[in-house]
Amino acid sequence: MLKTLKTLVYLLTSIALLVSFETGAMAAKKSKTLKKTQKMGYVRCGVSQGLPGFSNADASGNWSGVDVDVCRAVAAATLGDSGKVKFYPLSAKERFTALTSGEIDVLSRNTTWTLSRDADIGLTFVGVNFYDGQGFMVRKGSGITSTSQFKSGISACTNIGTTTELNMRDFFNSKGIKYEPVAFEKADEVVAAYDAGRCDTYTTDKSGLAAQRTKLSKPDDHIVLPETISKEPLGPVVRQGDSVWEDIVRWSLNVMIEAEEYGITSANADSMKSSENPAIKRLVGAEGELGAAFGLDNDWSLRIIKQVGNYGESYKRNIADTGILPDRGPNQLWTKGGILYVPPAR
Amino acid sequence: MKIKNFNLGLGNFLDNNPKLSNFLPQAVTLFAIIFIIGFFTFNAQTNMDTRGIDFGFGFLSQESSFDIQFSLIDYDGSHSYAKAYLVGLLNTLLVSAVGIFFATVLGVIVGISRLSSNYLIAKLAEIYVEIFRNIPLLLQIFFWYFAALRALPLPNEAITFFDVSFLTIKGFFIPKFVWTNFPVVFYSFVAAIVSIVFIYIYGKRKQEATGQRIPVFFISIALLVILPLVASLLGGVSVELETPLLVQQSETIFNFKGGINIIPELMALALALSLYTATFIAECVRAGIMGVGKGQKEAAASIGLTPGQVLKLVIMPQALRIIIPPTTNQYLNLTKNSSLAAAIAYPDLVLVFAGTAMMQTGRAIEIVSITMLTYLSLSIAISIFMNWYNKKIAIKEK
Repeated sequence: MLKTLKTLVYLLTSIALLVSFETGAMAAKKSKTLKKTQKMGYVRCGVSQGLPGFSNADASGNWSGVDVDVCRAVAAATLGDSGKVKFYPLSAKERFTALTSGEIDVLSRNTTWTLSRDADIGLTFVGVNFYDGQGFMVRKGSGITSTSQFKSGISACTNIGTTTELNMRDFFNSKGIKYEPVAFEKADEVVAAYDAGRCDTYTTDKSGLAAQRTKLSKPDDHIVLPETISKEPLGPVVRQGDSVWEDIVRWSLNVMIEAEEYGITSANADSMKSSENPAIKRLVGAEGELGAAFGLDNDWSLRIIKQVGNYGESYKRNIADTGILPDRGPNQLWTKGGILYVPPAR
Repeated sequence: MKIKNFNLGLGNFLDNNPKLSNFLPQAVTLFAIIFIIGFFTFNAQTNMDTRGIDFGFGFLSQESSFDIQFSLIDYDGSHSYAKAYLVGLLNTLLVSAVGIFFATVLGVIVGISRLSSNYLIAKLAEIYVEIFRNIPLLLQIFFWYFAALRALPLPNEAITFFDVSFLTIKGFFIPKFVWTNFPVVFYSFVAAIVSIVFIYIYGKRKQEATGQRIPVFFISIALLVILPLVASLLGGVSVELETPLLVQQSETIFNFKGGINIIPELMALALALSLYTATFIAECVRAGIMGVGKGQKEAAASIGLTPGQVLKLVIMPQALRIIIPPTTNQYLNLTKNSSLAAAIAYPDLVLVFAGTAMMQTGRAIEIVSITMLTYLSLSIAISIFMNWYNKKIAIKEK
C-alpha cells in the first residue's frame, strides 16, 4: 500500500515538473528559434525526398539544389558555417505538419505560396526563390504536342498533397474532359508508374517535370508540353509566431538575389568591401548595421555570399549546368527581363 | 519521524477500511489519466493558438475540390470533404473484404495442404508459407504493383477474355450489367435467402427428431437461382451488358470506355494482402486441425464416416474453436495493413482523407483523430462479430 502511494506521488511530481518546464519554454522570447538553433549548432531544414536541382542528395548523402542553398544561407548567417544544416527529407503530405509541430525550423521544399496555406494553417511564406507553373509531360510518340489535344479518358499520374491535384481538376473541368487521377504519396512511385505506362501524362510543376524526366528510363522519349496551367511561386516557409526568425530567412534569400543584382559573387565578395557603391558596401558588411536588427553580427550577409554564392551562382550550379532548365525564364533578375525583384537591403 | 507516523496512520486507516483501500488507488489513477489527457489537450490548444491554427470540424462540409480515381459512390471534387471521407472508407472496406475473402479461402486450402500425406503438396504449401510470411508486406505490395504494371499490355494490345473483358496496364475492364426493374431481382433474392434460412432450421429439426437428412445445400442453390429467375421473367426485368469499348485518344494512346474498371492498384493491393495474410491463416488452420485429438478421427472413421464427413462433421467443428481466435487477429491485421495502399495510389481512407484532405485543409489533429477512430471502430466491429461467431461454435455445456 505504502509503495503504491509513493509511486503515485513520484508520478504526480514528475508530471507537475513537466508542466512547469513546458510553460516556461512556451513563454514568448525574442526569436527563440534563433536561440535554439545557435544552441543546437545546426539549422533544421525540411527538404524534398529527392528533386534534382532543388533538393537532392548524392550517393554520399551531400545535399544540393536551390532549395538546399536557402537553408545553407540561413546557416551561414546564423551559425557562420553553411555546412551546419541538418536536412529532413519530407513527403508533400508530411511537410507542413513537420514545420508546425516544430520538428524543423525552415521548410525549403519547392512549396507553392497560396492564400489558404499562408493564412489558415499556421505558416508564413517568406519569399519566392523559384517562379514555376504546372505543366504536363507525355510520351513523344503519342502524337500529343499540346494540351488542347487531350481527350476524355486520359489518365494522369501525380503526387497527393500538392496544389497540383487541385489545378488538374480545374484545368480538366474547364475543358470538359473526364480524366483518371492516379495520385501517389511519393514522387519516385509517380515516376515509376508513369514510366511503366500506367498513365498517359505526368503532371506537376514544370521544374519538377524537367527534373524528374532525368529519372525516367529513356528521358529523350518524353516531352513537356508548352502550356502552363497555373502560377506556382515556390518559396521557403517558416512557422507563424517568430517574426524575427521569419525576417532572418526572408533576408537570407533576399541577400542572395540582391547580391546577383549588384554583381557580388562568392569569388569577389571580399574585394567588394572597398567598393564605391554604398548598397554593395552594406551587403558585404562594410557599412551600416544590418545584422543587428536580427541579433546577428554584421558579416552575416557577407558569409552568405562567400559560402553559398549569389542566386545566379546557385541557379547555374544546380539547375542550369545540370541540364534541367538551362533557360532561366521568369527566374531572371528584373533588370534582365525576368521577374526576380526583391526589396532593398538597407 | 512525524511523516513516518503519518504514513503509518494512513496505512492503518486504509487497512481498517478495505472498501476505501480498493477505491483510493483506482481513483488516483483515474485522476492521473484525466490529468494527462487534459494536459496534452491544453498543450496542443496553447501551441495551436500561438501559431494561429483554429480547431473544428466545420471543414467537413466544405467543397473538397479534388477528384478521386476510384469510388463506389457518386463523387467528384464538387462534393464535400465528408463525402471524400466516405469514399476513402468504402474503398478501405472493399479492399479489406476482398482481401479477407481470398486470404481465408487460400489460407484454409494451404493449411489443410500442409497436413497432406502427399509429399509434393505438403512441401509446396510449406515453401509458399515460408516465403510469403517472411517478406515485409510493403515490399510485396510494391512487387505486385510494379511487376504487374510492367508485365501488363497497353490497352490497344489488351489480353482479351471472351471479347468482353480486357486486362490492361490501366486496369481490368469488365462488362457492366445495366438492369431495368432492378428492385424485382433484388427482392426475389432477399426472399430466396429468407426461405433458405427457414429450410435450414427445418432440416436441422427434422434430423434431430427423425435422423433423416434432407439435401439442404442443393435446395438452397436451386432456390437462389430459380426464384430470382422466375421473378425476372414475370416482372419484366431485362438486363443489358455494357461492354468496354476501345477508344483512340491520340496516335498511340488508347483507353477503354464503359463497363467497370478494376484498377491495377486495387488488384495489386488485394493480391498482396491476400497472399501475405493467407500464410498466417494457413498456420492457424494447421494448428487447429493438429489440435484435435487423433482418437477423434479414428473413432469417427470406425463408425463408418467417409473421410470427407470426418473432416466436415468431426474434425472441423472442433478445430474451428482453436482456429477462430487467432484468425480474428489476422483479419484485424489485414484491415489495418490495407492502409499501406497509399504507397501505390489506391485511394483508401489514409490516402484520400489522411493524405490529400489533410494536406488541402491543414487540419492534422482533427483528421488524424477521425482516421484513428475509424480504424478503431472497424477493428472493434470485426472483433465483436468474430467473438459472436466463436461463442456460437463453442462447446455448449449441458
